Amino acid sequence: MRWIWIDRFVDFQSGQSARAVKNLSLAEDYFGDHFPGYPVMPAALILEGLAQTGGILVGEANNFQEKVVLAKVPRAVFHREMLAGEQLIYEAEIQNLRPEGASVLGRVLVGGQVTAEAEIFFAHLDQSRSKQIFGEGNFVFSGEMKYLLGRMTGGKARPGGPAPRAGG
Amino acid sequence: MPTQDEIYSKVSATLVEALNVDEEDIKPTSTLQGDLGAESIDFLDIVFRLEREFGIKIPRGELFPESIFQGDPELVQDGRVTPKGLEELRAKMPFADLTKFEQNPEVGNLSNLFTVDLITRYIQGKLENGSQN
Repeated sequence: MRWIWIDRFVDFQSGQSARAVKNLSLAEDYFGDHFPGYPVMPAALILEGLAQTGGILVGEANNFQEKVVLAKVPRAVFHREMLAGEQLIYEAEIQNLRPEGASVLGRVLVGGQVTAEAEIFFAHLDQSRSKQIFGEGNFVFSGEMKYLLGRMTGGKARPGGPAPRAGG
Repeated sequence: MPTQDEIYSKVSATLVEALNVDEEDIKPTSTLQGDLGAESIDFLDIVFRLEREFGIKIPRGELFPESIFQGDPELVQDGRVTPKGLEELRAKMPFADLTKFEQNPEVGNLSNLFTVDLITRYIQGKLENGSQN
């Protein structure tokens, strides 16, 4: 299963902030069970999309050299349910960036209203743990992920490798 | 310059937020890991919050010296901190009281050094040095 919970970046300020879009489609698998007749986006997946927006922002800040992983969510507040057919805007803002990791402030907006907020901490895996445990190579930002990022951010983010472009 | 009591209560409030503990559970001698249940990622959270709360910069490894934790063989051998390692600790953590630890320098006991009181003294030192600049 592809674990990509954002569709497109609409704004990307390297090292500072990013905004991404997540469209909620009734065709997505989990709506079948959650819940039949009342398609509510699970809060954990909303948080994942917000974390991916923030995580890519943090990763790009170091040119994807670090393995950026979700480490802690000190605070997450959900103001209302989000339903299939709605479009979520994820806003992430870097509060603090250190060699060991970063803290990000995130918000979810639907139709201009804030529907959820969270504070998210990311760890740079090698900087906080020994390289020997996780091996060389960045498994967080894989080839396909980086290519998608290049396309998603309209070329503003540096994917860290040559990305095929259709339009040249 | 805030008093040590003022610094202590701010540090306490910071730990309540970072570690999700009650204010009553926090005493100056409370150890972060043993008594308050802190995990490695919580140390990063604590550093972020302390920086914000007190308007200071905490360079990497200044408050929580990683070189010892990562088991550098010159500093740690057979689960015990070597004399060189103790020197390193003394140099990196001038605000820490190492007398008890030196009597039994087991790596497992290292975490007992990190008390609320230690953080308070560290912050106090930072603020005093900052105001002298």
